Amino acid sequence: MSAKTTTAADNYLSINNIEVIYDHVILVLKGVSLTVPKGKIVALLGANGAGKSTTLKAISNLLRAERGDVTKGSVEYKGDRIDQLTPNELVKRGVIQVMEGRHCFGHLTIEENLLTGAYTRSISRGELKDSLEKVYHYFPRLKTRRTSQAGYTSGGEQQMCAIGRALMAKPEMILLDEPSMGLAPQIVEEIFEIVKDLNSRENVSFLLAEQNTMVALRYADFGYILENGRVVMEGDAEDLRTNEDVKEFYLGLSSAGRKSFKDVKHYRRRKRWLS
Amino acid sequence: MNFFLEVLIGGLLSGLMYALVALGFVMIYKASGVFNFAQGAMVYLAALSVVGCMEKGAPLWLAIILAFVIMTLFGIATEKFVLRKLVNQPPIALFMATIGLAFFIEGLAPMVFGSEPRALELGIVDEPIPWILDNWNMVISKFDLVAAGVAAVLVATLALFFQYTRVGRALRAVADDHQAALSIGIPLQHIWAIVWGVAGFVALVAGMMWGARNGVQFALTFTALKALPVLILGGFTSVPGAIVGGLIIGASEKLAEIYIPPVMQDMFGGNFGGIEGWFPYVLALLFLLVRPEGLFGEKHIDRV
Repeated sequence: MSAKTTTAADNYLSINNIEVIYDHVILVLKGVSLTVPKGKIVALLGANGAGKSTTLKAISNLLRAERGDVTKGSVEYKGDRIDQLTPNELVKRGVIQVMEGRHCFGHLTIEENLLTGAYTRSISRGELKDSLEKVYHYFPRLKTRRTSQAGYTSGGEQQMCAIGRALMAKPEMILLDEPSMGLAPQIVEEIFEIVKDLNSRENVSFLLAEQNTMVALRYADFGYILENGRVVMEGDAEDLRTNEDVKEFYLGLSSAGRKSFKDVKHYRRRKRWLS
Repeated sequence: MNFFLEVLIGGLLSGLMYALVALGFVMIYKASGVFNFAQGAMVYLAALSVVGCMEKGAPLWLAIILAFVIMTLFGIATEKFVLRKLVNQPPIALFMATIGLAFFIEGLAPMVFGSEPRALELGIVDEPIPWILDNWNMVISKFDLVAAGVAAVLVATLALFFQYTRVGRALRAVADDHQAALSIGIPLQHIWAIVWGVAGFVALVAGMMWGARNGVQFALTFTALKALPVLILGGFTSVPGAIVGGLIIGASEKLAEIYIPPVMQDMFGGNFGGIEGWFPYVLALLFLLVRPEGLFGEKHIDRV
């Protein structure tokens, strides 16, 4: 619980006990709390349908377009409530989401994709060019594909394009949803290396939703594990990585060798505030 | 040969008039992926606004400005009361909404400005240019030429706007993926209001040209139907496509009207007039079979 003891100012982003309901009936998040300290990478882990994407969308406020609602709790960024802001206002404040499945603009070229990322900034042509060069510096692959339509580039290039596009908005906090999805292991490593690089050199904080627990925990500072819309475990990435339960449930490793499915249980540690 | 050229040029020029209407469709389709059924009604509304304002005593230039204001307000209102409620709904829902919008305009506009057909005087006469008539013995209408010039300027402006400006890029981005556009902070509301405003402006230009030629009347709403084959030929997403499609449709329908009936009469006997009316649609149909995305339309990109 080291994250809880730090002051609010250090916690760039904090989510307090939020509940999300889709279509007025489907309860997806059942009281999730987490914090992202300044300049850190925080991983949000869990299986399919655990609520990782929903958590990110609750922060970036893309939920409303999907008929989802935050019905309880609050989301704060640098001490201000941000739950009622539009995505446009959030991006201006420096919080931007890179959506799951990349979502590049297929008919726009890579460079045009990147340029759209700067939409919220009113900057001169020169500054725009500088920003573009910076993105190309981190993603040299994109420079070689700059005139290709994004729809015709590879999955890895599209993921880079999506992250690069977000960078053009000059964010302080990126909500990165499932960057490893459908990519070859080497590409995943490449992308995570760049994320780490951006984190340390540009001081961008990341909240990273990942199913690929192993990779995510190697690059993250903290981790939260979600199950059925609840946080069931949290801690330093290092601790989580060596935790026996995590190894067993999420990494598929076990000191006792292979287990039969009969013995596999859901992880159901109660949160303290529930008891 | 002179006669052939005359028909061809006349056809090309009238094709540009179709293209003017088609442009409005392209604008909205590009930016929101929606086929705007109400475009014809908007042309009608725009032309009525100009005539209506002139009847209230405004000079032409003021009437045009007022009509532009009306069309812009209309665009903003459409975004606020119709489109905003339909974010992330399937395109068919938006399409249905535009059908509703079309009927709404067709009902409201005559209530405000009156429904009787009226002439719109732009000060450009629809008569042959004497110089061309003298030198080449061809009848080329001055009005057609002006309309063509207007269309050319409009297209060049729109093409540059889409390709090179920040807002133009954002428009194309929104067309590709609403949600992704939202996620990087592009405010859909503004974009849609802009798009409908620009589509309103295009409708205004088209409405004035068509209104001046055929009179401002309810039949203006059907110009939209003429734009349909143009769109299918040129592609729904391409501004230059609308122009090329218009040229092809205009030229081919006029040539077909002149040259096909005699041949048919020789072969089958009987009367084969009125080919102009349906020829474009046959052409469009054939085109759909060969190249459904149109000449310049964006190909649907699928990753396999």
